[in-house]
Amino acid sequence: MAQMNLVAAINDALRLAMKADDRVVVMGEDVGKVGGVFRVTQGLYDEFGEDRVIDTPLSEGGILGTAIGMALYGLLPVPEIQFADFIFPGYDQIVSELAKLRYRSGGEYPAKMVIRTPVGGGIRGGLYHSQSPESLFIHVAGLKVVCPSNPYDAKGLLLASLRDPDPVLFFEPKRIYRAARGEVPEGDYTVPLSKAKVVREAQGSKAVTVVAWGAMLYEAIAAAEEAEKQGVSCEIVDLRTLWPLDIDTVVESVKKTGRVVVVHEAPRTCGLGGEIVALVNEKAFLHLEAPPCRVTGFDTPFPYTLEMDYLPLAHRILPAVVATANY
Amino acid sequence: MSDDLARDLGLFRVLEDDGSARKDRPAVPTAILLRGYREMRRLRLIDAKMILLQRQGRVGFYGACTGQEAVPIATGLVLGEHDWVFPALREQSVMLVRGFSLVQFVAQVYGNAGDVQKGRQMPSHHSGRTVNQVSWSSCIGPQVPQAVGAAWAMKLRKDPNRPVSIGFLGDGATSQPDFHSAMTFAGLYKVPAVIVCQNNHWSISVPTHKQTASKTIAVKGRAYGVPSVRVDGNDLLAMYTVLSEATQRARDGHGPTFVEALTYRIGAHSTSDDPTRYRSEDEVEAWRKKDPLDRLRKHLVHLGLVDDASDAALEAELTDAINAAVKKVEELPLPDRDTLFDDVYAELPWNLREQREELRASPKAPAHGA
Repeated sequence: MAQMNLVAAINDALRLAMKADDRVVVMGEDVGKVGGVFRVTQGLYDEFGEDRVIDTPLSEGGILGTAIGMALYGLLPVPEIQFADFIFPGYDQIVSELAKLRYRSGGEYPAKMVIRTPVGGGIRGGLYHSQSPESLFIHVAGLKVVCPSNPYDAKGLLLASLRDPDPVLFFEPKRIYRAARGEVPEGDYTVPLSKAKVVREAQGSKAVTVVAWGAMLYEAIAAAEEAEKQGVSCEIVDLRTLWPLDIDTVVESVKKTGRVVVVHEAPRTCGLGGEIVALVNEKAFLHLEAPPCRVTGFDTPFPYTLEMDYLPLAHRILPAVVATANY
Repeated sequence: MSDDLARDLGLFRVLEDDGSARKDRPAVPTAILLRGYREMRRLRLIDAKMILLQRQGRVGFYGACTGQEAVPIATGLVLGEHDWVFPALREQSVMLVRGFSLVQFVAQVYGNAGDVQKGRQMPSHHSGRTVNQVSWSSCIGPQVPQAVGAAWAMKLRKDPNRPVSIGFLGDGATSQPDFHSAMTFAGLYKVPAVIVCQNNHWSISVPTHKQTASKTIAVKGRAYGVPSVRVDGNDLLAMYTVLSEATQRARDGHGPTFVEALTYRIGAHSTSDDPTRYRSEDEVEAWRKKDPLDRLRKHLVHLGLVDDASDAALEAELTDAINAAVKKVEELPLPDRDTLFDDVYAELPWNLREQREELRASPKAPAHGA
């Protein structure tokens, strides 16, 4: 098996998919000759040509609108939106069209595509290169939302996303694009959608379930290691698919630990953490030993200079975990 | 049509006011003229019937295209079976010309078990896979880049049937970013698309001159490198001629065409609208004199193809068929309430399974207005 970072693993998945299925078309701003601003599509233009790796005009609405037309006609477009922050000029095409096409046509016109886009902060990107808008898509019926935390999952989840019959938003945590490294098998494999992964199991009675994903998973792990020294054991759930989320794994873990902390970069109010807390309350209320807790970005625009204060990094997760454990 | 130097500023016409056809235009086959006349008559009767049903409270809403029938009907006559249609509000009827059943068409307006969309959309948002017609979006405009995307796929796939994709919008929709992106992509990738703007002079209550300072809608196409033509949209022969030429260009690999069809919305925007609040009856009356059905009839009378007796027989036949379709649709049940959750995803995720159980366990909902 090869060591890869997240960028290489996603690139590998795209190459495999394009080789296996000539309906797959990569399109977006700068995805062709230059291979994307993060180089995720590097080499694909030379290998598959300009008809399958398309440098489009600078128009997210145009990229997503035409991609829907392609998908309706039977292609499998993989549009890249250069930063998730730039997705909003095409938001209507996703929310009003892509998400609703199967439903509004009575099942006659599903439109299948995988929209790839880098998310998250910690890269000195300011408010237009750092946001995590997942809940704005989860709230829309008809979309699936995926966010891998490591190269193995990234490749397997992207291949699974391409085979899934529903439209998928594939959020790539850009802060760990190159920092997250790991063994990635050659060739084809999938990581199933809507299956979370327990990446660290809790031991003992003072235990807390921590739900996280993407770049924040590593912050949760760092906090868990510190918490361990204080006698608090964390069970960490990497959600992997944000919607439809793997509620069984989350609830099973909370039933075991009696406590839950949810971590995400997006602002707190109406964030996915709120939904997870509500679900835990509904499904595991009598197992709870402490109020569910959210450690998240603040309800502000994403800051530039103070971004490390904004992000729910390990130094903020740790006291929340300890307080929840000692409640 | 080489005589039209600035086709995006002029007005392409075939029918003269006296009912004759200009001799310097390609002749439209008699069979097409008669079919077009029949379809335009049928559409006018369907629209009148649907509005009546709405007034009677039997359907919830309807958007008629009265006075604009020449555009969708010419489209239906020009297209082949492999072509795709992305209509806006007033082109639903293209699907009827292309073989979609009247019963299913009416069932969409009722949103009942006969509706291929399973009652998921308001009336006048038809779609049908059997005739390659995708539904428009009430959000105004999103279907145009989609039409371009489908055309792009046709080109990328080198589809041997050489299909074209035709997308519609109104004059108001040319103010939307989706129009700009659609034209940008269409021109750049030279896709086999025809983009048709029905300029019916009104976007609900806002007239076209308050929508744009552009001299014509068609001239907007110049900047995108898309050949554009302004056509008399109340002239079936002109529409047929221009759309035939545009679709042939597309099939031959010469790229997209943008068509502004100059027409007029004789009726209200929809059954929810009252146009007397914002426009004069004089203006409407002036356009009634240019009615596309009357103009085509005058031409057919001129050719000796139609007379009062044939009209009466046609009208009786079409009315019977429409009434029979309505009767058949009214006998159909509403969609089962379990279907509320179907087709959101290919398979029901856990949250929808839970919510379906919640609905199953809940009392029957009150009827509208109850």
